[in-house]
Amino acid sequence: MGNLLIIFKRELFSYFATPLAYIFIVIFLVVNGFLTFDFGGFYARGQADLSPFFAFHPFLYLFMVPAIAMTMWADERKTGTIELLLTLPINLRDAILGKYLAAWALIGIALSLTFPIWLTANYLGDPDNGIIFAAYVGSWFMAGAYLAIGACLSACTKNPVIAFILTVTICVIFVLLGYPFLLGMLTGWVPQIIIDAISSMGFLTHFDSISKGVFDVRDFLFFGVFIAAWLFASAVVIELKKAS
Amino acid sequence: MIEINNLTKNFDQFTAVDGLTFTVKEGEVLGFLGPNGAGKSTTMKLITGFLSASHGSVSIDGFDIRSSPIEAKSLMGYLPEGAPSYGDMTTLEFLNFVAQIRGYRGEEIARRVQHVLDEVDLNSVSQQSIETLSKGFKRRVGLAQAIMHDPKVLILDEPTDGLDPNQKHHVRELIKNLARDKIVIISTHILEEVTAVCSRAIIIAEGRIVADDTPAALEARSKYHQAVSVRLSESYDLAADLTGLADVGGVEKDSEDDMVFRILANAGTSIFSQVLEIAQTKHWPVTEFHVSRGQLEDVFRAVTQPTQGAQ
Repeated sequence: MGNLLIIFKRELFSYFATPLAYIFIVIFLVVNGFLTFDFGGFYARGQADLSPFFAFHPFLYLFMVPAIAMTMWADERKTGTIELLLTLPINLRDAILGKYLAAWALIGIALSLTFPIWLTANYLGDPDNGIIFAAYVGSWFMAGAYLAIGACLSACTKNPVIAFILTVTICVIFVLLGYPFLLGMLTGWVPQIIIDAISSMGFLTHFDSISKGVFDVRDFLFFGVFIAAWLFASAVVIELKKAS
Repeated sequence: MIEINNLTKNFDQFTAVDGLTFTVKEGEVLGFLGPNGAGKSTTMKLITGFLSASHGSVSIDGFDIRSSPIEAKSLMGYLPEGAPSYGDMTTLEFLNFVAQIRGYRGEEIARRVQHVLDEVDLNSVSQQSIETLSKGFKRRVGLAQAIMHDPKVLILDEPTDGLDPNQKHHVRELIKNLARDKIVIISTHILEEVTAVCSRAIIIAEGRIVADDTPAALEARSKYHQAVSVRLSESYDLAADLTGLADVGGVEKDSEDDMVFRILANAGTSIFSQVLEIAQTKHWPVTEFHVSRGQLEDVFRAVTQPTQGAQ
């Protein structure tokens, strides 16, 4: 546990030692505000909830999260620090989790700084704060799922740009899997059980129900297991690609 | 003690390290030599547990690098090739991080970090971010993290690569001071370094050990060991005067200078005094006269490329 925390702190610190963390947070907040108020019609809807805010998160994360994830392991491999890190007396597990959690914490910080929107909703009306809280947590978990994909693909290459493009592509697939349009195309000629299986792998399926206030532990469990699986895959990739 | 047994590493079809077996004891400074691509760095990576071996084992003080990696890694300090470190951190932050990972807590961290800052002379750049440092300073930061926990085993992959002569000297002095009760393994292709700091040298080629001896003994294998080198002021037939001497192995003309000749000694013999006597009695027209120690470079070339070395 000790080493995990030390690595976590170093990683989080290094995000803030460069302009990266600040740029990420500012852009995240600006784009979030823009999407919520202009595209989402936050005021025009006349409803005291944050649906227009959360509705854009799956698409916002599509570009923001891979940008954070792309350097996670690619840079370590490019600069050779991976050799330093992994010959220190630590577990690979601590290194992977420490780095992952630091990036996830950064996203958490950015997400929590959107609190003025929550306050605005409370000022203007009487929203269900329980639902909003669950949606925040759900959104953070979903971002974690994007990040876990990014962590694994960042371990696959020395080139962060390649990691970015691969991550965006894979994330798009997982977003689209739950998209009603895609599922509609399959209806009729693909057995329902397969459609259900595909749909249940989609991010939107789980995030929609969380953000609408349907609290189902299974949705959180989905993201949890999804994250764990991709992090485990990262460990395998790191182990395999160390030599190159 | 480091015990390396039948260590082998295959990459796809290519065998980088092929059945290395050797042990290194406390107090030894082992120079690990070989041409580029001979498997030096791969061996370092296998010993430090960064790569896992295809066959064979590495054990550090009885801890197998594969079955007890944490214990084995705790005993080692490692400077990887190119001295990588986190460029966005300052020297001090980076060393603090390493000290914490190495298990130091509280005030001990500052004490340890200060100690290594003094040891490798980094105080002047402790607040500077590592990416802004010169190559020499970066290398010293790498050394500082390697000696942070006063490790029993120090593994340095090309520790003086890219340093200026003063810095090289400084690093070598440092290694000599550290070496007393430790095991130090240095990979290098700078042969003078081996003579300067190592008590033992292993030369590898194509992943196999081709020589394992003290630097002095390796030098003695050179055909120029104990050779007498003379520079003449005018042409003179040296060979004719030397025919009577049993220990003389031949006379060679220098490839670059027509007036310089090397009188080779047969293995294990010293011919200096005999040649000197003849030179005086026959009044050789010499302007220079000295014994060569034999160059490690000759031996290195002879054992790593046997066919070309013989030419």
